[in-house]
Amino acid sequence: MSDLEQALSALAPTLDAGARSIVNLRRLSGGASQETWAFETDSGAPLILRRKPPSATGSGNAVPLATEAALIQAATRAGAPVPKVLAVSPPDSEIGEAYVMGRLEGETLGKRIARDPPFAGVRPGLAAQCGKALAAIHSIPLEGLPELATSSALTELEKYESVYRGAGAERPIFEAAIRYLRDRAPQLDAPVLVHGDFRNGNIMVHPEQGLTGVLDWELAHLGDPAEDLGWICTRSWRFGGGKPVGGFGDYADLLEAYEAAGGKPVSLQRVLYWEMLGSLKWGCMCLTMYLAYATGSDPSVERAMIGRRTSETEIDLVALLEAAA
Amino acid sequence: MISHPTSAELMDSVIRFIEERVSPQLKDRDAFHARVAVNALAAIKREMAGGAAAEAAQVERLIELLGHDGDWAELNSELCTKIREGRLSPTDPALLAHFKASIIDQVRIDQPNYAGLKALEQGST
Repeated sequence: MSDLEQALSALAPTLDAGARSIVNLRRLSGGASQETWAFETDSGAPLILRRKPPSATGSGNAVPLATEAALIQAATRAGAPVPKVLAVSPPDSEIGEAYVMGRLEGETLGKRIARDPPFAGVRPGLAAQCGKALAAIHSIPLEGLPELATSSALTELEKYESVYRGAGAERPIFEAAIRYLRDRAPQLDAPVLVHGDFRNGNIMVHPEQGLTGVLDWELAHLGDPAEDLGWICTRSWRFGGGKPVGGFGDYADLLEAYEAAGGKPVSLQRVLYWEMLGSLKWGCMCLTMYLAYATGSDPSVERAMIGRRTSETEIDLVALLEAAA
Repeated sequence: MISHPTSAELMDSVIRFIEERVSPQLKDRDAFHARVAVNALAAIKREMAGGAAAEAAQVERLIELLGHDGDWAELNSELCTKIREGRLSPTDPALLAHFKASIIDQVRIDQPNYAGLKALEQGST
């Protein structure tokens, strides 16, 4: 039995009533800053461990895991569909900085959700479920939340502009998008808790129930509610699905459900602004990943080739600029 | 220029080798990277076939747009500066026409199956 398995077994009774140990511990994925493990209790409860590896290099914008856990718990109280957080482990513990949550059933792969037959039945209602979930997340009272950065459209834009400038690339479409977005950056009037990575690929979708969980909270911050609404519409996350919201739904379904669930009305124009900023953001992230190849920190063919996906975001930016002209 | 084999034939032979002989032996991350490697080779092949013509067409449009001669790097850099400094509007019709033609050429090389390519192509024809 590994040390991690042993340490988790000690927690078993708090994870599921009647459990005495954990079984079947396996690593699902892991980057430099975060590991995800799946396991069950001996009583059969399916669980997930999110853990910072002992030698984590950290990721620039990610919030600490304890913050992530606290935000998911706050989202639970607000009625948003999220996994249930069952235990939080402090940095100096044997497990390390981590938390354990219930494992939801369903699919996270964007392409399957947007296009595959098993999800055809839930796709028509999915955009509305997303709108409702975001309304709940954006309604979370800010008092009592852990410390979070605040970011407006302009600060987000400047963050990605500096990534682009730092890459040393000269891409006129990025220049045009930056200029367009800078001249039209909306004021941040009343910041809300923004999930920060709300897109097809970070939501759990069940073939019968539809949206069952909003995952991947590490980019949460305070900001413009339209940021989350725009990010799930960003064309990079449609996976060949024909519709604007995550490839599966229409803007009106998302926005009407958002409002009906108590969200402050957001104009389509503001969503489209953030959608354009979303394409620019993902394009700059592709450049950043390519730079890992160029600088030798990750010399894999995958990091090299992802630089050739930057042009996908540029073609989307041109379509958006054309529609706006 | 060089034939027997041409570079395109060489590229095809490597792609086939990876797909038929190498990939079946690989798992997980390596299998994924082998697929990416095949995609990279296919992009290089498309770039070898169409890259020079796309660049020449781009230079022609840039000369028209900026009103003077130059090579691609100089002209592209000047275009970036003009947009950045606000001397050329990001929604200027001539600029957008240049963007559209250039990015369609580029995505046809980089990611010809991307849905956004078909969307923009349909709008342009």
